[in-house]
Amino acid sequence: MSQRQVLQVFEQYQKARTQFVQMVAELATRPQNIETLQNAGVMSLLRTLLLDVVPTIQQTAALALGRLANYNDDLAEAVVKCDILPQLVYSLAEQNRFYKKAAAFVLRAVGKHSPQLAQAIVDCGALDTLVICLEDFDPGVKEAAAWALRYIARHNAELSQAVVDAGAVPLLVLCIQEPEIALKRIAASALSDIAKHSPELAQTVVDAGAVAHLAQMILNPDAKLKHQILSALSQVSKHSVDLAEMVVEAEIFPVVLTCLKDKDEYVKKNASTLIREIAKHTPELSQLVVNAGGVAAVIDCIGSCKGNTRLPGIMMLGYVAAHSENLAMAVIISKGVPQLSVCLSEEPEDHIKAAAAWALGQIGRHTPEHARAVAVTNTLPVLLSLYMSTESSEDLQVKSKKAIKNILQKCTYLPALEPFLYDAPPNILKHVVGQFSKVLYPLCQNVDFEIRCEASIIPLDIQIHFCRGWTAINHLITEQSYILILKFTAE
Amino acid sequence: MATLARLQARSSTVGNQYYFRNSVVDPFRKKENDAAVKIQSWFRGCQVRSYIRHLNRIVTIIQKWWRSFLGRKQYQLTVQVAYYTMMMNLYNAMAVRIQRRWRGYRVRKYLFNYYYLKEYLKVVSETNDAIRKALEEFAEMKEREEKKANLEREEKKRDYQARKMHYLLSTKQIPGIYNSPFRKEPDPWELQLQKAKPLTHRRPKVKQKDSTSLTDWLACTSTRSFPRSEILPPINRKQCQGWAQWLTPVIPALWEAKADRSQGQEIKTILDNMGPFRDITEVLEQRYRPLEPTLRVAEPIDELKLAREELRREEWLQNVNDNMFLPFSSYHKNEKYIPSMHLSSKYGPVSYKEQFRSENPKKWICDKDFQTVLPSFELFSKYGKLYSKAGQIV
Repeated sequence: MSQRQVLQVFEQYQKARTQFVQMVAELATRPQNIETLQNAGVMSLLRTLLLDVVPTIQQTAALALGRLANYNDDLAEAVVKCDILPQLVYSLAEQNRFYKKAAAFVLRAVGKHSPQLAQAIVDCGALDTLVICLEDFDPGVKEAAAWALRYIARHNAELSQAVVDAGAVPLLVLCIQEPEIALKRIAASALSDIAKHSPELAQTVVDAGAVAHLAQMILNPDAKLKHQILSALSQVSKHSVDLAEMVVEAEIFPVVLTCLKDKDEYVKKNASTLIREIAKHTPELSQLVVNAGGVAAVIDCIGSCKGNTRLPGIMMLGYVAAHSENLAMAVIISKGVPQLSVCLSEEPEDHIKAAAAWALGQIGRHTPEHARAVAVTNTLPVLLSLYMSTESSEDLQVKSKKAIKNILQKCTYLPALEPFLYDAPPNILKHVVGQFSKVLYPLCQNVDFEIRCEASIIPLDIQIHFCRGWTAINHLITEQSYILILKFTAE
Repeated sequence: MATLARLQARSSTVGNQYYFRNSVVDPFRKKENDAAVKIQSWFRGCQVRSYIRHLNRIVTIIQKWWRSFLGRKQYQLTVQVAYYTMMMNLYNAMAVRIQRRWRGYRVRKYLFNYYYLKEYLKVVSETNDAIRKALEEFAEMKEREEKKANLEREEKKRDYQARKMHYLLSTKQIPGIYNSPFRKEPDPWELQLQKAKPLTHRRPKVKQKDSTSLTDWLACTSTRSFPRSEILPPINRKQCQGWAQWLTPVIPALWEAKADRSQGQEIKTILDNMGPFRDITEVLEQRYRPLEPTLRVAEPIDELKLAREELRREEWLQNVNDNMFLPFSSYHKNEKYIPSMHLSSKYGPVSYKEQFRSENPKKWICDKDFQTVLPSFELFSKYGKLYSKAGQIV
């Protein structure tokens, strides 16, 4: 009898503990309770319950701690200060998979807030145990461990290096090949966050053979997975030419172009980011992108998106056109210029307009043919108005001024230059009149005229003598422009 | 005597007359003298002037001939210069023509092929169109698939609903709610109910103490990895004996079994009833699959260093001298100059003629050398001296 009563006491206590810990875990899901819980001193209680005999209580206590630490960084710091981490790390190695999942969740929740907290996690030796968890059989454990590693590696290069030194990268590559979609997502995002900091880390990721697997998975229908894979590939390829070439060798073209037609905005954005990072390094890589029809796909993608999703596509066109005039001509014949001028006029944000202005400047600066192609779409007045308006940010003004200058220096298409004579400021006007002089001078020589043109810094001097040959060039400029030229020179 | 007397009578007047005549004649004499002098001077003047004129004419003739000679000489020179300039201009014009053709050809063929560029741009635009079409087809296909999936999902849902509401089917006696007698034809749901197969009863729901807390645990992970209450992962009892123990604290069914103190029989039936799962050998194979490193990783870690060493050794073989080139400074001032083998041997360089041309005087026909019969081209005799100084007098 008494034995039973004694056992009953123990059972009651266990029940009470279980109930308490479950309630705390449930309360911790709602943000409004967390303050109260913190003030009630839940941290120390949970810490003792972590060492409980019953595994369920341990697991639930860990879960509750994870939810609390997830909420804000003060609580996460409190977790660190109460020395909970070493205990977690120690038991991570031994316990069953549910506990491992919960403990990995706590580490993730603590590590995501700031680099110092992540460093604290690394200091208590959690990386090795997390890497061991990556080798576990259960995909949930792997996912939790990969997520924790991702949040640790996200902050800066040293922490990423620590994660790599713990040997996580080959295991993450193995995780990518697992059949579970969630695990693939997390592993891909972890690799992306590792590779983004420096070329050496990206090289480590590539050396582990990640690129081939990532490239194979581009065709996966899951949108979030595609988003992470494209992000990983773009982080790898952005650092150097060799890495970009390695990514290209994995035969992502033309498969990646299908991602540009995806419904999900982030997938489109990351796909155009990836193409941009590849195309920006050398003319050969840009040529490769052009030959694969990437320019047309990106232009269509720009047309179908709005806002920040367009930005990588616009920059990609600018980079391609900047390399050489043949590539700029390729952008022009793919009908890129009308699309860019649409972006320039209709986007509300200044940084996107600045990018579009820069891209147009790169396209139009090579030869008169290119400048004519840009001028024909009537973008020059838009650029001028952006330069002149006081509401534009400084960056936008500088970029539009440079674009105007570059295009004007090569533009010989007079109908597009005429509006500039009316309302351009003097520093741009001198370029415009210089272009006029360049075009008119040989013509007037042919009709036996004297035009002395000196394109110098101080206002241009154009002396035109009336002669019967004047009518020959009358059709080129309107009378008003002629009057304006004379008025300008009389000043 | 008469004359004498006459003379004597006249003698007094003679003196007077003599004096008178002399004094009267004097001015006449003077006048006549002056006149004679005048005449003489004028005449002499004429003489001298004519002489001077004569001399002038002669001198003019001489000068004329001399100057014409000089002028002709100058003219010859001018003509030569003009001719020379004309020829040089002609040569230049011809050379420009040749250069123009050649440079145009060279640029077109080797530097920048305009037609190739045009072709390339055409190909690029064609590729673009093809890609655009392909992408549009792809997007359309995706949409169609999505629509189809949606439809199928709807269908399944309706089917499930019908199965659940199967009891509302109309019977012979009682018309069901979807088959009201006042309607012309039964509601489509009625037909659906007729088609559907009734759901079987589910097994009695086991009281799950902690399943709620376990299954909605982690906001992050899916519940796929958790054992569900209905279908539990089977275990090949022969291979993984320990699994049963490992799973017992968690699986509610087994918990119940344990709590009820039912023995191994119950556990066995429960384990037998578990759903399909992968073969354990396959799973272990996948989990312990050896890493297949890329070629780059499979190479030894210091491959680069070894390759460099190799290269350095090969290059060392080709070196004539092991010392590197040293700057012209006093670094090796104290070193004695060691001449190369060519210079330090007693065998000097052989003259070109002896080395390559062997002469056999016995075979010569005559003593003298060949004589040039035709004159050499003037053009080529001045080769290299004229062409670079166009227009100048050589």
